[in-house]
Amino acid sequence: MAEALSQPVSFYQAKTGLFSWIFSTDHKRIGLLYFYAIISFFLVAMSLGFLMRLELIAPGETIMDAKTYNQVFTLHGVIMIFLFLIPSVPAFFGNFLLPLMIGTDDVAFPKLNLFSWWLYVLGGIFALLTLVVGNGPADTGWTFYAPYSVKTGTNVTMAVLAAFILGFSSILTGLNFIVTIHRLRAPKMKWFQMPLFAWALYATAWIQLLATPVIGITLLMIIAERVFGVGLFDPALGGDPILYQHLFWIYSHPAVYIMVLPAMGLISEMIPTFAKRTIFGYKAIAYSSLAIAFIGYFVWGHHMFTSGMSGPARVIFSVLTFLVAVPSAIKVFNWVATLYKGSINVKTPLLFSLAFIFQFLLGGLTGLVIGALATDIHLHDTYFVVGHFHYVMFGGAGFAFFGALHYWYGKIWGKMYNESTAQIAFWLMFIGFNVLYFPMLVLGIMGMPRRYYDYLEDFTTLNVVSTVGSWILISGIILMIYNLIVSRKKGEAAPRNPWGSTTLEWQTPSPPPLHNFDATPVVPEGNPYDHKQNKSE
Amino acid sequence: MFSNASNFVQGVDTSFAIILGASLFFLVGITGVMVYFVVRYNKNKHPEAQDVHENKKLEITWTVIPTILVLVMFYFGWTGYEPMRKIPEEGIKVKAHAQMWSWQFEYENGKYSDTLVVPKDEAVILDLISRDVVHSLYIPAFRIKEDVVPGVNNKMWFIGQELGKYNIFCAEFCGDLHSKMLSSVHVIAPEEYNVWYNDTTQPEIHPGLVVLKKNACVSCHSLDGTRIVGPSFKGIWGHEVEVITNGEERTVMVDEDYVKRSIYDPNADVVKGFNPGLMIPYQNLVTEEEVNEIIDYLKTLK
Ligand code: HEC
Ligand code: HEM
Ligand SMILES: [Cu+2]
Ligand SMILES: [Cu+2]
Repeated sequence: MAEALSQPVSFYQAKTGLFSWIFSTDHKRIGLLYFYAIISFFLVAMSLGFLMRLELIAPGETIMDAKTYNQVFTLHGVIMIFLFLIPSVPAFFGNFLLPLMIGTDDVAFPKLNLFSWWLYVLGGIFALLTLVVGNGPADTGWTFYAPYSVKTGTNVTMAVLAAFILGFSSILTGLNFIVTIHRLRAPKMKWFQMPLFAWALYATAWIQLLATPVIGITLLMIIAERVFGVGLFDPALGGDPILYQHLFWIYSHPAVYIMVLPAMGLISEMIPTFAKRTIFGYKAIAYSSLAIAFIGYFVWGHHMFTSGMSGPARVIFSVLTFLVAVPSAIKVFNWVATLYKGSINVKTPLLFSLAFIFQFLLGGLTGLVIGALATDIHLHDTYFVVGHFHYVMFGGAGFAFFGALHYWYGKIWGKMYNESTAQIAFWLMFIGFNVLYFPMLVLGIMGMPRRYYDYLEDFTTLNVVSTVGSWILISGIILMIYNLIVSRKKGEAAPRNPWGSTTLEWQTPSPPPLHNFDATPVVPEGNPYDHKQNKSE
Repeated sequence: MFSNASNFVQGVDTSFAIILGASLFFLVGITGVMVYFVVRYNKNKHPEAQDVHENKKLEITWTVIPTILVLVMFYFGWTGYEPMRKIPEEGIKVKAHAQMWSWQFEYENGKYSDTLVVPKDEAVILDLISRDVVHSLYIPAFRIKEDVVPGVNNKMWFIGQELGKYNIFCAEFCGDLHSKMLSSVHVIAPEEYNVWYNDTTQPEIHPGLVVLKKNACVSCHSLDGTRIVGPSFKGIWGHEVEVITNGEERTVMVDEDYVKRSIYDPNADVVKGFNPGLMIPYQNLVTEEEVNEIIDYLKTLK
């Protein structure tokens, strides 16, 4: 109570009104703007996923025709990748937390930050406009493979333009974070005293900055070909379809790490807190982020093992793919070792983190199966791949995002969520997720291709199971969101440091004041996760 | 232990067994340890946490061992795959034509078939040809797949080792009816194959329909009035259609000239309500003679 009295004006109260939000340069408000947009897009794309699974509950036409199905999975993929996952962790948690974690009052370029959000909104509007403008939304898959993307009558041009604009938003956020981390750390914070989430954002930001321009150019080339008939990728016009695939994956493989590295950073924050001990192998985790970011640039060819690439190229891409698995494995070992001899407090964020480890592990191991040449030839473009990437992106990055939402909920909104409801929602999500996606791995091994509107009778049973899984998962998600909404009103007031965490954002009130700290934050000596130092919280 | 449907199955399934086995081991092992720690060091049982910062030996071990293991996995993936790239010189050569949304197999004697018929125990070499977009020829039972890329001459090969009929799927997304782009391989006894191969008599159907089937026109144009992605051929002959020519709407009569133009330069007159760009120009694929056969056939579709 004493704390509540001395509570300074929070950033919510500092200014009010719509314009104080949409033209705000405060990193916390911009983070929240991203959050509301991102979560809305997630719910839209989740509903599309629900419809897809409903269509696939039985062979033949169930609720929509083939063309509509193709448009639905394309829009689902585009939204999930470009509007949910890529911005989710960096643009929301990164914006909100990075300056707090490194003890400063904002990012390096606050106006640029606001501009990035506006670009994001513009890209989102373009993506949604494809629904009503032109010949309907694109039906190419989120990969926009040429020459189909050049030939189809649907509104690929606008979808591609949306992705192009979103790319710029991502580049500028990356740039902002790199400069912020270099220039604005609290005076006493050395590189190896930064929280691991900051390290993860740092590695990610370099990928955003260096890889995203490639997709920008590639997408412009598609537009040039569609609108002006320039022969780049369509052999009918003298172009080369394989060139497109190379250019696309040169960005899109590293982009996979844009999606998952920051999520790994979130896990590295949550596990020490709930184990009440320091992280095991701090430096190994920090360096492995950089290693993943670096090696990740050179493995794109593993998406093209069946495209007719030369033998040596296939072999080299396969070896490198296996090597990039090692730093990820190291992280997993370090997280598990962090639980050793801890004093473990099983709360919702930890449950999500443990589910992350299990699902990310399964996603990573299935990644090895498709990184190997012999097995990939069989599994490429089958449901095994759909299962694999949902395990990594949703079971991994998505679960980390939701776990983190609970972990920092009090810090961001000033109230605590309801723990028991949150745990019920978690279990529904965990069970639903695995019932939804595990059968896909089996379907792929049986030979069912992906992007399949209709399938042979043999595949029916597992498709039914998978669809039932989607219902369980979605009920879990709805319950989780309901709980988070209700807790905003009904939850108990959040103290500064509800979990006994050690990083700087927990030294300030929840929610923080406009300029982040009411007193100069104390950078702990040595390792940032030393629980022995801040015993008293 | 494994099926022996093609010469690759055993190699690929061995890679599968090794890689999936190792993966399962790690999945169960790591998850098991994790769950054990969560139970064993629960705060109720273990109220006082002990810090363990790092342990160089342990960290080196768990860097080096996985590195070796993944390289072993890579190796088995590679050995299972090697034979697929060693395409023999000799064998039955078949051109596999992929187009939206059907397969056509062309044999050396000019025979066309919409299923791939091959003799048991002989090498079959497929030349993969696409006229429109990227497709991918996938035979799950044989564990093989290779993309069919327009303008690129990819090849694949196999030996069918067990008699039977196996599915062929298109594995690269290619538009509306991607999931309907199905065919099958029939592995039959060599004697039977010789009879089949040498039987080049055409079935008793209109030569115009043969052309339409061979070129997969029928996967976009129905013969019974239903709309697929292109207009149905039923009853178009001698009737007027509304088309868009250089952005202007006009009405034309479906006659010889129009049909020929529609086939050789489909984007010149685009039928109203349909998408340009999907139908490729058949200038070099369908001869004038064949166009006449098509026209002859269209006349019969009242
Ligand atoms: C990938 C799908 C596709 C294939 C394969 C295809 N077409 Fe078409 N075709 C279309 C579409 C779409 C249109 C309508 C747009 C246009 O006029 O270009 C069309 C229009 C036509 C027309 C004009 C029809 C009318 O009602 O006026 C004719 C004639 C035609 N096609 C013949 C053929 C023939 C012959 C073949 C095979 C050699 C063929 N098409 C293969 C998609 C296809
Ligand atoms: C909420 C429940 C979800 C369901 C029911 C669902 C379902 C599906 C299904 C069935 C497909 C396969 C489409 C096909 O190949 O025919 C698919 C594709 C895809 N999903 Fe999801 N998904 C969900 C959530 C997510 C999430 C959270 C992400 C990313 C974070 C995601 C990303 C993708 C992507 C990128 C594709 C590929 C689209 C393409 O092939 O172009 N999905 N999803
Ligand atoms: Cu990749
Ligand atoms: Cu196809």
